[in-house]
Amino acid sequence: MSMTLQELLTRPSDLADAGTDCPVVLMTRVRLARNLARHAFPGHANKGARQKIFEQCRQALVESRSLRQGLVLTVEEMTPLQRQILVERHLISRELSGGESGAGVIVNKEQNISVMINEEDHLRIQVLRAGFQFRRAWASINRLDTKLEESLDFAFSPELGYLTACPTNLGTGLRVSAMMHLPALVIAGQMEKVVRAVNQLGMVVRGMFGEGSDASGSMFQISNQTTLGEAEPDIVKRLQSVLESIIEHELNAREKLLETEPHKLPDKIGRAFGVLQHGHTLSSGEAMNLLSLVRLGVDLGCFPVESRPVIDRLLIEAQPGHVHHASGLDKLESKERDVLRATQMRSEFANFPTPAHIDPTHN
Amino acid sequence: MASPLKCDLCSQPATVHLTQIVNNKVHKVDLCEDCAQAKGVTDPSGFSLADLLLKASLNPEVPSSSGLRCEQCGFTPEQFKKSGRFGCPHCYETFTDILTPMLEGMHKGMAHTGKVPERALQRKVLFDRLNQLEGDLKNAIEAERYEDAAKYRDEIVQVREQAGMPEEPKA
Repeated sequence: MSMTLQELLTRPSDLADAGTDCPVVLMTRVRLARNLARHAFPGHANKGARQKIFEQCRQALVESRSLRQGLVLTVEEMTPLQRQILVERHLISRELSGGESGAGVIVNKEQNISVMINEEDHLRIQVLRAGFQFRRAWASINRLDTKLEESLDFAFSPELGYLTACPTNLGTGLRVSAMMHLPALVIAGQMEKVVRAVNQLGMVVRGMFGEGSDASGSMFQISNQTTLGEAEPDIVKRLQSVLESIIEHELNAREKLLETEPHKLPDKIGRAFGVLQHGHTLSSGEAMNLLSLVRLGVDLGCFPVESRPVIDRLLIEAQPGHVHHASGLDKLESKERDVLRATQMRSEFANFPTPAHIDPTHN
Repeated sequence: MASPLKCDLCSQPATVHLTQIVNNKVHKVDLCEDCAQAKGVTDPSGFSLADLLLKASLNPEVPSSSGLRCEQCGFTPEQFKKSGRFGCPHCYETFTDILTPMLEGMHKGMAHTGKVPERALQRKVLFDRLNQLEGDLKNAIEAERYEDAAKYRDEIVQVREQAGMPEEPKA
């Protein structure tokens, strides 16, 4: 039985539920760009051609085991709010959300596989995993891609690899990325240095919602920039080692902050907790920053580890589309939204234990 | 008269000029004040810069009146310059001369070393062979070389079976 869009929206994204024990990496994401041979790319194709591609891809996708019970959605049948929610869950991109006729997505029940059709490329296959799980995410997307290739002729050149609308995705069409929580590097003012070092290695740092988004909540997406000239497992391995080194830097920065300014982090965490527990109006940016500090508190032992998935779920539910949808109202001014967001936070944090004292030798 | 540099994002005169070295390649961006502000160039963590610089490497040198056009989709180098995207997979052959120098700064290497769609390629080999044989068959019949024609017909049946499409085409 396949689900409806309403069921999907009501179900929290699986990523927020998976109890992964990962202090710094919230989420792993892998995507492949694929196009059908002998067809114009979506941006240069007319409506009829795009609709034909959509149908061809849809048929191939629902034949795969992982998407058989998936939900197929066209951009046209979704309301702007429904699209926004899928963007906030990282299931579709902003570009697809504003897409034209023939653009759509298929999402599996667990909401950890989504395939966008007629975004920049004919297919953008995406696998999401909670925590730091590159190898498993790659294995899973590779299987799905091989299955699709049985029925779809992908545009491919032996020299240049998979042919994509934009040459920046050429070759493997692979983008591996991790959502990282780096509050101590931000507080210690070391983020600029990290960004520069990562760029030097051919990797990109972006905000939580990708290109052009800001870094509220000290959340950063780090991904490979180059796709040609390196085999997929090597790209995965290289990014993995860069991330491991960033994790180490973040943990060191935390330790150092606790050593040199023992009251700074506990003060920030305690204040954040106080506002979440007692605030009456919260913008999404502020909520993100506060939740980010409480998450840091979990890592430092102020709160039980079981509260980490709760915070990760709230990081998504604090987004404007989610607050609006939960209100059940047609229209919602941003001021009213900020009130509802604060109400939800008060009730979620009402039963949280008082932050435990941070032992600087712990960590 | 030399025209002043224009902003890479809009066409205002550029007043902010950035240079960054990534992978030992120099990337340059010129921006007007508004776009620089909007893109967070003044933001100390400046992480959105990488995207800008990456896009700058997508700015190809296009000979102004080349008249070049993709024979399959009609795309022109000017359209590519404007959007940073190609029109169809065949554009990669049509615009090789524009593409090659761009790729040097963009990627780790110039040749694909990753996954290959084995099934699709096998299918393509069979399809190409089938096309060839059908042409040969037609020629043989026209030239009344019936012995050859019979041979081609047998081979077509074989290739069709291999390709998983055994039935005769309904003309």
